[in-house]
Amino acid sequence: MTATATRVDESAPNRPVRPPRVISFSQRLSRWDLKVSPYLYISPFFIMFAVVGLFPIAFTAVISFMDWDLVRNSGQFIGVDQYAWILGQPQFWTALRNTFSIFLFSAVPQLIAAIFIAAMLDRNIRAKTFWRMGVLVPFVMAPVAVALIFSNMFGDNHGLVNNILTDVGLPAIQWHKDAFWSHVAIATMVNFRWTGYNTLILLAAMQAIPRDYYEAATVDGAGPFRQFRSITLPSLKPTLIFVIITATIGGLQIFDEPRMFDQFGRGGAAQQWLTITLYLYDIGWGQWNFGRAAALAWILFLIILIIGLINLLVTRRLVRDEGRR
Amino acid sequence: MTALETPQVSKTEASDSERVPQPRATRGRNRTTKIRGVRAGFWVYVGLGVVLIGALFPFYWSFLIGSGDSSTINDPNMSWIPGGNFLENAATVVNDPAVNFWRALGNSIASSLLIAASVVVTSTLAGWAFAKLRFPGSKPLLVFVVATMAVPMQLGVVPLYILFSDLGWTGNIGAIVIPAVTSAFGVFWMTQYLQQSVPDELIEAARVDGASMIRTFWTIGVVAARPAAAMLGLFTFVTAWNNFFWPFIVLDRSDPTLPVALSLLQSNHFVDYSIVLAGVLLSTLPLLLLFVFAGKQLVSGIMQGAVKG
Repeated sequence: MTATATRVDESAPNRPVRPPRVISFSQRLSRWDLKVSPYLYISPFFIMFAVVGLFPIAFTAVISFMDWDLVRNSGQFIGVDQYAWILGQPQFWTALRNTFSIFLFSAVPQLIAAIFIAAMLDRNIRAKTFWRMGVLVPFVMAPVAVALIFSNMFGDNHGLVNNILTDVGLPAIQWHKDAFWSHVAIATMVNFRWTGYNTLILLAAMQAIPRDYYEAATVDGAGPFRQFRSITLPSLKPTLIFVIITATIGGLQIFDEPRMFDQFGRGGAAQQWLTITLYLYDIGWGQWNFGRAAALAWILFLIILIIGLINLLVTRRLVRDEGRR
Repeated sequence: MTALETPQVSKTEASDSERVPQPRATRGRNRTTKIRGVRAGFWVYVGLGVVLIGALFPFYWSFLIGSGDSSTINDPNMSWIPGGNFLENAATVVNDPAVNFWRALGNSIASSLLIAASVVVTSTLAGWAFAKLRFPGSKPLLVFVVATMAVPMQLGVVPLYILFSDLGWTGNIGAIVIPAVTSAFGVFWMTQYLQQSVPDELIEAARVDGASMIRTFWTIGVVAARPAAAMLGLFTFVTAWNNFFWPFIVLDRSDPTLPVALSLLQSNHFVDYSIVLAGVLLSTLPLLLLFVFAGKQLVSGIMQGAVKG
């Protein structure tokens, strides 16, 4: 058997490899097996991805430069007009503002909460599995379902939240009329569903931190907060970057919650909570203009890429690196 | 349910046995044990209790409203004890011809199962190759897979819709299954898992013994991947079940999945939240049951999928 082990070190001292006199059929088969198999194994994924991933992305780019005719199912090339049209719509800028506002209201408190809950779960607690499952329960509820429950709680007239507010003597809040408060309500739905999920990811990273660090810090007289700031946070950095970027990719695509925030699903009477994806749906399947919808999809993708990169850089700068280990 | 904490059995000191004369923050005691972390003080349990109540309250609230009637929500002296109308409201949801509850349930189960199964198979195959086989181009291909995770679903919906209307498949659950049969996240996850859990020597031994590649994969890879496959399947199932944007676009209103049916329920009964929230609870019930039986696996799956720092 020559060259059949999967991990033959190619950088072996240059001995001339003696070719065997006779290569049997089974040996040839085995070699061929070794060469071709890996590609066979990855092919299902890549073939399917080409069909339902790559092709649509490329085709979206093509359509975005066209005036698409739904009846004849073909398009006419018109250059960057669709992009220009989108950027000229005040609704687009409103949607952009709303999307960012909702994203910030959800991502920032959610991450802070997730870090603190994870720190609590990282303690030596009883019934660990019970608590971990407890924080994850909201994750199994569909965003649509979450949105329906919270839309009810944030009702303008008889909602639970307003009832509580008026009971303690505060004025009721116009959750659906006021743009700012509608963003807070929608962000709350996102937070409800995702905080526990991110908590578990951060908890896994916390448990990977060697306990000796904390012991050493305790011996040196560092209090719990100092330990948290100087040991826990720096060690969590790679995970935090990962969590922030996934939150960004997901958060800027938000659709389900604003769609279900009232029974019309148009983002409010004055577009108070219209988001980019909601606007995309309206252009594509409300006004049936696929060229413009495709252009908006590409604009959204570019925004996600840019914000993702900014996040990466900011997180790298903000969270101090683990120093001398 | 409760995890037995074996390392702590021998230590029987109460956590408040010695008073430390320092103001206590809500972060519990600053007392390290040799085994695992800091002993949790009273305040940690209080904090976790608050979190748990927050996580469960919306479920309770939907049961409270869903078991009342249309006047419950407007009653300023509303009771915190559930009423007796839940089954009645649930029957209204199930029998609403515009909602098609049973069809939606069947579609949700069928499509989520198909998606989960096919993601597990394709991810295990590709993950095995990326983790344990050497072939030209494996590094850049894996980087490419990870990069595709940043591509939003919205980028593909217009052509996919055109494609499926061309084929005449809109309104068919095939239209929601096919775009989801593979997952870049799944491949990445399986690659990481298999890299850590299968020693190379094992594969070499099998190869030296003359096992073909496929036999090596079957006897070593598949066996090692089993726990990870269960977690990935579970996670994919939950995600597919809850998916809304694409099914909402491509499915007919007469043949929906549960989230799409819920959105119809809202437009039909928006004045009567007791019906809507009964429907919400009804559609969440199957996943809650699944969570009771497999929540542990879902938890460990998410925790193992975390990026290692």
